Amino acid sequence: MMRLDRTELCLIAAAVVLAAGGLIAPGWLVFLLTMAFAKALVVQGVVMQMRAGLVSFGQGLFYCVGGYAVGMGGQFFGLTDLAVLLSAGVLAAMLLAMVLGLLLTRYRDIFFAMLSLAFSMILFGVLVKSPQLGSTDGFNVVSWTLFGWSPAKETAPMALLTVTLVAGLAVALLLHRYVQAGVGVLCEAVRENEVRVEYLGLSPRWLLYSNYVAAAAVSALGGGLTALAAGHIDPEMAYWTTSGEFVFIALLGGTGHVAAPFLAALVFAVVRTYAIEFVPHSWQMILGFTLLGVIVFLPKGLWSLFSRAKAKGAAAS
Amino acid sequence: MNSIYAVLIDGTIYASWLFLVAAGLTVIYGVMRILNMAHGSFYAIGAYAAASMVGWYFNGEGAALPVWGSYLMLVVCALVAGLVVGLVIERGLLRLMYGRDEILMVIITYALLLILEDGMKMVWGVDPYMAFQPYAEMGRSVLGGLKVSNYDLALIAVSLVVGGGLWAWLERTNTGKVLRAVIHDREVAMAMGVNVGLMFTLTFVLGTTLGALAGALTAPAISVAPGLGVEVIVLAFAVVVVGGLGSIEGAAAGALLVGLARAAAVHYAPELELFVIYGVMSLVLAVRPQGLFGRTLVRKI
Repeated sequence: MMRLDRTELCLIAAAVVLAAGGLIAPGWLVFLLTMAFAKALVVQGVVMQMRAGLVSFGQGLFYCVGGYAVGMGGQFFGLTDLAVLLSAGVLAAMLLAMVLGLLLTRYRDIFFAMLSLAFSMILFGVLVKSPQLGSTDGFNVVSWTLFGWSPAKETAPMALLTVTLVAGLAVALLLHRYVQAGVGVLCEAVRENEVRVEYLGLSPRWLLYSNYVAAAAVSALGGGLTALAAGHIDPEMAYWTTSGEFVFIALLGGTGHVAAPFLAALVFAVVRTYAIEFVPHSWQMILGFTLLGVIVFLPKGLWSLFSRAKAKGAAAS
Repeated sequence: MNSIYAVLIDGTIYASWLFLVAAGLTVIYGVMRILNMAHGSFYAIGAYAAASMVGWYFNGEGAALPVWGSYLMLVVCALVAGLVVGLVIERGLLRLMYGRDEILMVIITYALLLILEDGMKMVWGVDPYMAFQPYAEMGRSVLGGLKVSNYDLALIAVSLVVGGGLWAWLERTNTGKVLRAVIHDREVAMAMGVNVGLMFTLTFVLGTTLGALAGALTAPAISVAPGLGVEVIVLAFAVVVVGGLGSIEGAAAGALLVGLARAAAVHYAPELELFVIYGVMSLVLAVRPQGLFGRTLVRKI
């Protein structure tokens, strides 16, 4: 029997509470939660690489691949099963990452950021110029089924929230183990000092490569879930501003805890919903100032508020 | 044969535009090691300033004014906008952030981009601006059977002047020499008594002014609308990364390469237009990770 530590138990409890809360929540809140947690999965991919010292300004690439796999699977191959569609997206993203990773792992810092951005923009360029894939408008996603069960129109959003929570929980548990396992710890070592890791007889490039592919898979899962929730996909998913948004959420949450991206994505979604409602032409400005504020005052992200409070409590007792 | 000729002309015009856009970006990176994501916004600010002032110049009381005044207006707008915006941002924000991680600086300028995008919407609204008069007034000429706008040809001349001026300034003047020292080794330059802070301010203002100038000179040829800067910045990145970050001759070479490649794509395979720009970039980086003219950095242990 696998033993669970406190963090894992907390994560499971949070997921159960959210799923139960979803049953009584109004429709808009269910949608907001689903979108926020689906995007949080993409952000997990960014955070995984941030822990290794790489900032991907092109995670929208895998977000888009995941989304388009879901859309195209339904539209062109008649697939409707949610599990099949999502796995197709994850698989496609991993295959793509295996190829691109060979090139990208040679780069660090801004070169990595710019090159990952370029690949994402290439996909954007290809999609915009492909009329059979809907060009700039994209296309709608078919309604999904799960192992032969097709949800009624009223229950579908709720069911999708549950699916997203299950997927999010699974990823969170895996990542929690991942960062404590050898590969996760070594990724941080690569960020601190790559040459020393090499001196230890390890290959930073191979570490970063596996990390990159794993991050792509997680992000594609998020992309697929977003497509199912939104019911529509378009090339904008691969545009660089979308990737910028993921970097923003990643910084907002910080890399300190596996739950941080979920929290940050939720905060982001709520702030965005209200900002667009009340100040439609200045919500980006709010984002910009928030980002500056986070960099200056909370360099470790929102999560450091919790860990700081905990450290204070420990010092007092 | 004719289409190769057309590709060359179109490519050169596009390349000169790309160079104007990318020059400021590469100068700032070369000296300050800041990859400035907000550069596209400086471009857009220049374009907005020029478009609104030229619009004002030709409407209302300025009806009888000569056309040449509008060209002067374009340049003055760019200089004023670049100077003001550059000084405010460098003194007000970036100065406090120096010494941070390169990648963090990228994110800081990304925040700046978000702020400036909405700032422009507040000042100029969301409706597009037109300032076609300077473009239309110049007319067209026939070059070997092809009709080419004189304004576009003048753009080539301007980018040659800007490029040559930058080169001469860096290589032939005293300030340029000091600046090269800062580029080469910031700490040693500081130890030799160079006022690095002043050099940074100077460079940043120069960079923003170049960005605003590119925007102002492009304004007559396009419709100036929100989202302009966001589109331009990734193109400028591609050019600068191809040429090697921080190198002016690199930016020129990168602009030519990308410009010609895009013109060829537009003529022979229009569906590849966007793909080809980043395709060239990935190809160059795969062979030369530091870009065509980039310096390789020694790894620090």
